[in-house]
Amino acid sequence: MSIRAWTFLFVGVTFTLYLVIAWLSRVKDTKGFYVAGQGIPAAANGMATAADWMSAASFISMAGLISTLGYAGGMYLMGWTGGYVLLALLLAPYLRKFGHFTVPDFIGDRYRSDTARLVAVICAVFVSFTYVAGQMRGVGIVFSRFLEVDVSVGVYVGVGIVFIYATLGGMKGITWTQVAQYWVLITAFLTPAIAISLDLTGAAIPQIGLGSTLVGEGTALLEKLNQIHADLGFSSYTEPFVGSWNKLNVFCVTLALMAGTAGLPHVIVRFYTVKSVAAARWSAFWALLFISLLYLTAPAIGGFARYTMLDGLHGKTAQELPAWFDTWEKTGLILWLDNGDGRLAYTGDERNEIFRSGAMSTAAIGKIKQDHALWLSNRTGADGRVVLRQAGLSGPDRDIIVLATPEMAGLARWIIAFVAAGGLAAALSTASGLLLVISSSVAHDLYYRMINPKATEEKRLLVGRGVIGVAVIIAGILGIYPPGFVSQVVAFAFGLAASSFFPVIVLGIFSLRVGTVPAVAGMIAGITFTAAYILGSVYGGMSSWAFGIGPQGIGAVGMVVNFAVTLGLTPFFPAPDAGVQELIRSIREPEGVGPALNIDASVEAD
Amino acid sequence: MPPPIAPTGGARSASDHYWRKNLRIMGILLMIWALVGLGAGVLFADFLNQWNLGGYPLGFWFAQQGSIIVFVVLILVYALMMNRLDREHHVDLERERIAQKSNPETGESGTDDGGTR
Repeated sequence: MSIRAWTFLFVGVTFTLYLVIAWLSRVKDTKGFYVAGQGIPAAANGMATAADWMSAASFISMAGLISTLGYAGGMYLMGWTGGYVLLALLLAPYLRKFGHFTVPDFIGDRYRSDTARLVAVICAVFVSFTYVAGQMRGVGIVFSRFLEVDVSVGVYVGVGIVFIYATLGGMKGITWTQVAQYWVLITAFLTPAIAISLDLTGAAIPQIGLGSTLVGEGTALLEKLNQIHADLGFSSYTEPFVGSWNKLNVFCVTLALMAGTAGLPHVIVRFYTVKSVAAARWSAFWALLFISLLYLTAPAIGGFARYTMLDGLHGKTAQELPAWFDTWEKTGLILWLDNGDGRLAYTGDERNEIFRSGAMSTAAIGKIKQDHALWLSNRTGADGRVVLRQAGLSGPDRDIIVLATPEMAGLARWIIAFVAAGGLAAALSTASGLLLVISSSVAHDLYYRMINPKATEEKRLLVGRGVIGVAVIIAGILGIYPPGFVSQVVAFAFGLAASSFFPVIVLGIFSLRVGTVPAVAGMIAGITFTAAYILGSVYGGMSSWAFGIGPQGIGAVGMVVNFAVTLGLTPFFPAPDAGVQELIRSIREPEGVGPALNIDASVEAD
Repeated sequence: MPPPIAPTGGARSASDHYWRKNLRIMGILLMIWALVGLGAGVLFADFLNQWNLGGYPLGFWFAQQGSIIVFVVLILVYALMMNRLDREHHVDLERERIAQKSNPETGESGTDDGGTR
């Protein structure tokens, strides 16, 4: 069977599985729709949270990112896992005790302010749409690469699937589908990693493999990698703070990603779905344990793939190149523009002959290749290497690391196809979690809590389903016509979550004194600072004036600004009233969680 | 309903005790979190790289493996300690409730107290 046939088979089987689960867990009321009836066991919720969290970017791009960055790749690993410690210790148990549906719900009730609620709704919707656009694009890309269909066809299929199971089952359907998706994606990630580790180092555990010596060479893999890097003009793989990533920037990005992770609404709502406060704590543990399986393996894949690429490509002639190179050259993820000596050079300086096509169209790349051929034969056209280097397209696309690893390791065709199903599972699970946040923010916080508090149960469920339907379609459109700024916007989402939600929620739980005005002022100051800095340095050509901190790490400073403004203003404004004080005390008290709150009664109590 | 001082005073002391213990556990674990993640993984990574662990330079190992493992363990310890503290707290509250019931002055509002979440 060909790779394509295997891919059709796996994608077909897994999609059918998701739909069957969705049908079995369809719901009839808003509680089931938004928080799965608050009856999900901790371990299952941990798996669902893990699948929710690990997006197309974690699955497809992260190992490649680490492979290119070396040591500095650790900031993504630490940022995206360290955030769970903050989440588990500072937020999850208390928000579960609070027991409503959404993050804006908590902020609105704790600060007794519709302004705060509205700011929270806008942030939640913005952050979620940013993310979901990337997921839909990810679905399209996996389809187009493995099944040779157009990206937009892939997006249509993805939209259709998510539409069915999200509107049918709400949070309940999404949760149980995510549990299945977790197993698909983690198996698809680990299998090639184990195989390539055995191949290169003889160790079956990739994490041990990365620290071992190469088979038949006698040198340690990481040492060899550093040596190759030095020879070819790349900065050291294991040495920190070389190249553009200095200590301050790595620190700020790590911190911003940690606080941002803890403030992302689609992760926080997962803790509303368990039975009790104790279960929320266990659930955070299971989630990080399941996530760590992928995050501990990604650096190993990154290192193995880096070695395989440099060792397998540099200095080779066209005949000597491995077969996977031809397959992936067709996709434009990797390009070779020779200098005329017939030998490939993959280096970190101007001798480099390896590029990627990035966002350029096939026609534009064709033109560059033509000009380059002319330049080689009679020096008339243009040196394509210079053109692509100036366009910032040196080196292969980072996605190739995960997508091509099975082929690099010479694995069976069905494993390669299975990786495709894993990538789709990662993208779909994250997309559905995000769509539910959008739906609950708009239908519950905006429509029910602010516009029409008298809406009946049926009407609210209908609005919830309607919003999710509309949101899926918008997400699909964003996936087919991605706005050019998507990659910057992901940094934006984390910066925004770190500088808005995180401080407000933490202070809301741990301070009895912080009142409405300081909290809202802090939130607005944090967002404004972060947004202005990111937009200014990405579009306005502004220099990184705050001690040279890049836009990715500025969320950490925005968070400090938020804390400083809120705490600075607090002494000048009244403390929250007795009702809110009682609410805070009840959140801190683990007793009496019982079965989920009755949502209608709890709203009347306001 | 602003409660009179006497009955809630008792319940609050158990809750205050619980909250102080909670903050202490949290503080210690967060300190380890910062020392390992931001400390060993970033601030001291260049310094730690002079040592080696299982073929990895130590600072690099902390950034890409060690910190993640420590994070998982931290949450596990937190869940175990807090869930045990919750059970102790439950016993404390029960004891207070019984003490209030047997005290005629505060008997009436004492039963109500269990309901204040």
